[in-house]
Amino acid sequence: MLDKVGIAKRIAQELQDGWYVNLGIGIPTLVANYIPQGINVEFQSENGLLGMGPFPYDGEEDADLINAGKQTVTLLPGASLFDSATSFAMIRGQHVQLTVLGAMEVAENGDIANWKIPGRMVKGMGGAMDLVASAENIIVAMMHTNKKGESKILSKCTLPLTGVGCVKKVVTNLAVLEIINGTFHLIERAPGVSVEEIQNATEGTLVVEGEIPEMQLD
Amino acid sequence: MNKVVANGDAAIEGIIDGMTLMLGGFGLCGIPENCISSLVKKGTTNLTCISNNAGVDDFGLGLLLQERQIKKMISSYVGENDEFERQMLSGELEVDLIPQGSLAERCRAGGAGIPAFFTPAGYGTEVAEGKEVREFNGKPHILESALTADFAIVKAWKGDRFGNLIFKGTARNFNPVMAMAGKITIAEVEELVEPGELNPNQIHTPGIFVQRIFQGVDYEKRIEQRTTLSKN
Repeated sequence: MLDKVGIAKRIAQELQDGWYVNLGIGIPTLVANYIPQGINVEFQSENGLLGMGPFPYDGEEDADLINAGKQTVTLLPGASLFDSATSFAMIRGQHVQLTVLGAMEVAENGDIANWKIPGRMVKGMGGAMDLVASAENIIVAMMHTNKKGESKILSKCTLPLTGVGCVKKVVTNLAVLEIINGTFHLIERAPGVSVEEIQNATEGTLVVEGEIPEMQLD
Repeated sequence: MNKVVANGDAAIEGIIDGMTLMLGGFGLCGIPENCISSLVKKGTTNLTCISNNAGVDDFGLGLLLQERQIKKMISSYVGENDEFERQMLSGELEVDLIPQGSLAERCRAGGAGIPAFFTPAGYGTEVAEGKEVREFNGKPHILESALTADFAIVKAWKGDRFGNLIFKGTARNFNPVMAMAGKITIAEVEELVEPGELNPNQIHTPGIFVQRIFQGVDYEKRIEQRTTLSKN
């Protein structure tokens, strides 16, 4: 089974040279720490920054330089800054090649829910609805089950949706799944996790074809 | 041409109960701290505030929420403010949550004379309820209308007496699009200079969008998530 870092490491393997990438808050942010050797990507932060670098050194933080998670960050050589409308022109106009974001639920038809629990938690969708509606390539980073052990990989989302039919790949603590023609397909198992364990943790329809390889992580 | 006013108190003259305001900023980055303080002092109520976020409990727009000066918030993400969440869940505060890109574009459209536009963001979700849906290139989009405000209040790094503005870092965010969408736009800046001192090639917001400008004081620029690396 993977921890959050493991999920981030596995997603980092999906990065391709030359891509512009938007990372959501939480596990997705960690992906930036595990970019494979020889791969150059630029991180887009939707509050208006392209070419985002690591956190600043102690004492060098700048209140006027944050990421979409409101964390202090730095600029890499070649970075650029822009307003929010331009930022979402990049996103809506499909100039960003990969979006990685978290989710509370994902369904086998590609629906995703991650912004609201009615009556209990309403934080807002931020940029997530724009991102999932427009990105061609979305990877969801999430835990396979909730704290009670109930599956978050569902036949149908129960929470208010963020986007419809948009998710194609999900990386969880247990598995890599792809959504093909309205069903989940098991692509890889996390180290030490059996196909049966993944099936038991998946409420949605899960297709398992042939031998399922174990993820290769450093 | 002289758009300079003395301070925040003078800048917000004419803002009265029930008006709609746009306030620039993303989180606490690039927010008009001086004008928010002046609004708290003045006690204007029943405000509709259009702002990406709602500040934190004791800073930014959170200060107006504490005093119950806001009737309605139009935002995209409000997760950092417990008082906001409490007022929203109890029904004391009206809230319109809209996708961040749609919020930015609705402000831009409002300032640019575009009454509405189609976007894919929010299709098939609560956001789309009651909105026209139309397919373009085989993909469904929803109709979003432009936003304008009685006053837009923005914060810039440098500005001149003509209202030309330059922003710094990610403090730019919503400020330029909101500056375009105010019937009256107030800019508070860290450094107010004479016309000619700013390089015209580097102006982010041309002065035509700004009606009042002043040099702010005592910027706290609070950091919401101080994340750093150790030098060792």
